[in-house]
Amino acid sequence: MVQDVVVSVLLIGGALMSLAAGVGLVRFPDLLSRMHAATKPQVLGLLLFLLALAVENGSWLLVPILVLCWVFQLLTSPVSAHMVGRAGYRTRHLRRDLLTLDELDDVVTRAAAAPGHEQERPGSPAGDAEAGAPGDAATTGEDTGTGGPGAGSPRRGAPGGATTRGESGRSS
Amino acid sequence: MNAVIYVVGGILALAAGLALYRAVLGPSILDRVLALDVVLAVIGAALVLNMVVNRHLDNLILLVTISLIGFIGSVTVARFVTDRK
Amino acid sequence: MSRQRIPLITELPLVIWLVLVWGALWQDFGVGNLVFGAIIAYGVVNFFYLPPVELTGRFNVFWLVPFIGRFLVQLVTASVQVFWLGLTRGPELRNAVVAVELRSSSDFLVTATGHALSLIPGSLVLEVDRSTSTLYLHCLNVLTDEDAQDIREEVRATEAWLIRIMGTRTDLDALLAEERA
Repeated sequence: MVQDVVVSVLLIGGALMSLAAGVGLVRFPDLLSRMHAATKPQVLGLLLFLLALAVENGSWLLVPILVLCWVFQLLTSPVSAHMVGRAGYRTRHLRRDLLTLDELDDVVTRAAAAPGHEQERPGSPAGDAEAGAPGDAATTGEDTGTGGPGAGSPRRGAPGGATTRGESGRSS
Repeated sequence: MNAVIYVVGGILALAAGLALYRAVLGPSILDRVLALDVVLAVIGAALVLNMVVNRHLDNLILLVTISLIGFIGSVTVARFVTDRK
Repeated sequence: MSRQRIPLITELPLVIWLVLVWGALWQDFGVGNLVFGAIIAYGVVNFFYLPPVELTGRFNVFWLVPFIGRFLVQLVTASVQVFWLGLTRGPELRNAVVAVELRSSSDFLVTATGHALSLIPGSLVLEVDRSTSTLYLHCLNVLTDEDAQDIREEVRATEAWLIRIMGTRTDLDALLAEERA
C-alpha cells in the first residue's frame, strides 16, 4: 500500500517534469531559454521514473542498470545541450533584446575587431551588429507574437548577411 | 493505482503533444531537434511506465539505447548547422 | 599506426568503468562474468584507441556524498523554478550570458564543473575558453547585475566542491589558502 503511494507520487512527479518541458518549449521566447526547459525530463524526470521502477520492483539486482541508465543520461545530455546551444549562439538563433547582459558578445566583438578589420573601419562590426539588431528583433518579435512559422527566415538570413558584410569590409 | 496510471499517461501525452507542436512550428532546425529530444524523453518515460504497469523489465536496454540515440542525433545536427554557416 | 603506449595505470579507471557497465548490462556480478568482461574491456581499450583522460590523482569520497545531495537539492529546486517561470512569466523572460572565471586550469575539472552546471536547469554552458578557463553561461531570469553576481558565486562554489572531491593538490592548496584569507 505504502509502496503504491510512493510509486504513484514518483510517477506523477516525473510526468509533471515532462509536462514542464512541453510548456517551456511552447511558451519560452527563444531557443536558448527553451533548452533550459528541455533538460528537465532528461535528468530529473528520468530519475523519478527510474526510482519508481526500482521501488515497484524492489530488487537490488536492478539498481546497477538503473544507475547506469541515469549516468549515461547525465554524461550525454550536457554535451548535446552544449553543442546545440553553441550552434544556436553562433548562428544567432537567439534574441538579443531579451538578454540583459551578454559578456560573450563583448569578447567576440573585441576578437573580431582585433585582427584585420580595424585598419579600414574601426568599430565597424559593433556598429553593424547594432544597426542590424533592432530590425531583426522587430521582425522576430512580430513573428513569435503571431506564432508564425516563418520566424526562422529573417534570422536564418542574418548570418549570411553578416558574412557578406564582413567580406565586403575586407575587400574594400 | 489504475487512476494514477491513466493520469500519468494523460500528462505524458499532453507533454508529447506540446513538444510536437514546437517541432512543427520550428522556427529553426535546432528548435526542432530540441523538441524531438523531449519527445524521445517522453517515449523513455512511457517505456518505464509500461514496465511498471506490466511488471516486466524488457525495456531497460531500450532505455539505455534511447539516451544514446538522442545524444548522437542532436550532436550530429548541431555540428551540421555550425559547419554549414 | 604509430602511437605511444599508455601505461595500464592511467587506463585502469576506464577499464573498471567498462567492467561495471558490462556487469550492469548482464545484470550479473558473478566472478566469471566480471573476468570475461575485464578481458573484453582490456581489448576494447587497446583496440579503440582514445586519448587518455588525465585524472588528477585524488579522489575524496567523503566530500562526494554531500556534493551529490547538494546537487539533487539544486536539481529539484531549479526544475520547479523553471516550471514556475514557464507558467507565470513565459514570453516575457529576460536572460543573460555571464562569464565566470574558474580557479582551476585542469581540463578535467573545468569539464566536470561545466557538466554539473549544465545538468541543473537554469544555467547552460555556451562556450568555454580553455586558455583562461572561463565558462560562458546562459542563465534564465537574470534581471540585474546582482543576479549575475549571485550566479558567479554559485558557480565558483560548485567548482570549490569539485576541487575538494577531485582537484589537484595545488588547486586544493590554493582553495584552502583563499578560504583562510
